[in-house]
Amino acid sequence: MATLMNAAELTLATPAAEATTARISIRNLDFFYGANRALKAIDLDFAAGEVTGMIGPSGCGKSTLLRVLNRMYDLYPGQRATGQVLMDGQNILAPNIDLIQLRSRIGMVFQKPTPFPMSIEDNISFGVKLHERLSRAEMAERVEWSLTRAALWDEVKDRLGAQAGALSGGQQQRLCIARTIAVRPEVILLDEPTSALDPISTLKIEELIDELKGDFTIVMVTHNMQQAARIADRVAFFYLGEMVEIGPAAEMFTAPRQRRTQEYITGRFG
Amino acid sequence: MNMARSEMRGTLSRRRQRRSRMVKALCWLATGIALAFLALILFTLLWLGAAGLGATVFTTSTRPPGSGGGLANAIVGSLIQTAVGTAIGTPIGLLVGTFLAEYAGRSALGSAVRFVSDVLLSAPSILIGLFVYAILVAPFGGFSGIAGAVALAVIVIPIVVRTTEDMLRLIPVALREAAVALGAPKWKSIVFVCYPAARQGIATGILLAVARVAGETAPLLFTSLGNLNWSTSLTKPMASLPLVIYQYAGSAFDDWVQLAWVAALLITLGVLAINLLARAALSSGQ
Repeated sequence: MATLMNAAELTLATPAAEATTARISIRNLDFFYGANRALKAIDLDFAAGEVTGMIGPSGCGKSTLLRVLNRMYDLYPGQRATGQVLMDGQNILAPNIDLIQLRSRIGMVFQKPTPFPMSIEDNISFGVKLHERLSRAEMAERVEWSLTRAALWDEVKDRLGAQAGALSGGQQQRLCIARTIAVRPEVILLDEPTSALDPISTLKIEELIDELKGDFTIVMVTHNMQQAARIADRVAFFYLGEMVEIGPAAEMFTAPRQRRTQEYITGRFG
Repeated sequence: MNMARSEMRGTLSRRRQRRSRMVKALCWLATGIALAFLALILFTLLWLGAAGLGATVFTTSTRPPGSGGGLANAIVGSLIQTAVGTAIGTPIGLLVGTFLAEYAGRSALGSAVRFVSDVLLSAPSILIGLFVYAILVAPFGGFSGIAGAVALAVIVIPIVVRTTEDMLRLIPVALREAAVALGAPKWKSIVFVCYPAARQGIATGILLAVARVAGETAPLLFTSLGNLNWSTSLTKPMASLPLVIYQYAGSAFDDWVQLAWVAALLITLGVLAINLLARAALSSGQ
């Protein structure tokens, strides 16, 4: 109850929270790799049904922030986060959070495609089976649904039993997206999802992200500012572990409020 | 000035080329010597072993000299002990390797286990035989096939530990994180993602362990002892091909010496087949 009250107060007090409803609210988040403070007092809202792009030079903390949101850092002793990350009024940094359930609500796609060493179909059902018990028919339906949403169904429907590793890089990445949405998360984290792909595959993934927003809240880290401009609704700029500013994508790239943002997007550093 | 420099470069380059040719020649020579020994061994085995190969080798057990014995009991004994030893050692090695790669990290316990396993890997196999003699043969009052199998298992374990750990460590971090990101608990990501990804390497390790123990003699000397008669009972002394070689090769009877060569040929062909299988396993699907 106390966290709920806190969250409400903080939401009112923060200018970053605009008219859209926040799916995830980050409040005063610090992150440490051992003694090294990689994120400094971050306050940030991810609006429901929107694509939020995170940009900034290497090492600025944007990927670190993604890994906080699904508690991936828990795998590594010595990494810790303080502050609050609120989802439905619950602080997901709390030690008693059910991580398996959290990760079913917040999915993640990585920089390089990571197909599991199994068939295309099993790649999809692996994640689903962790959280749900489905009949054979229901599972087949889920597989088709997720592959269709990931714009991959037509290319693989005749070889669902084939090894996922045999797909092209772009197809593998779409498979990873399909695998993530098959679990039906509310939030999808994308960590530079196209940086290992060719331009045509990149275009397909970007179209796909555009398709998916609305149904999912999407947080995407990217090094490619054109990409952020093309598909993000709002863009957050990170620098040296701080969030410098966040705003609608159009504004960020035409009229940034902060000098550091302007210098970065015009290529003066980074 | 320029002339001098280019001349200096010329001599330097000539000297380096000469040295390169020399090292190359030495490499060829060393390779030739190693291959020559191997070829000689194979040729001798085939020459002396093939002469004694016949149906009786597989159909009759060892018999007194001059009465037309075969190797049936030794072949079956070797198969049983190798199979049981592998069946005991593989799961233990697999789990220890998994522990080292996935759970131990750089902890003191992990380092200790890794060290002990590596020591075991290079321990003289006769010591392992003695150890099993002390714990399984002496207290229970008799040599047995199972004691031999356990001795072989002790040799299998560190081999499987090493390959399992190495292969699991080769799996990219991103693959594990991808499984965790979907909500998989650690054990599921190990069993359903990491093991399949490392499958070929682990299988190769197991096959190499089989190949290694199939030819071991010393661990069987004080454990399964050998048996002149047909026996498939794990609780009784059991024959095996390496022990037949050990007993027959130095004997004064020509037909026994001949059988020893046949046994040696059979082991070599078996080990060769396993190695080829391991290679095929490693290259398929890559």
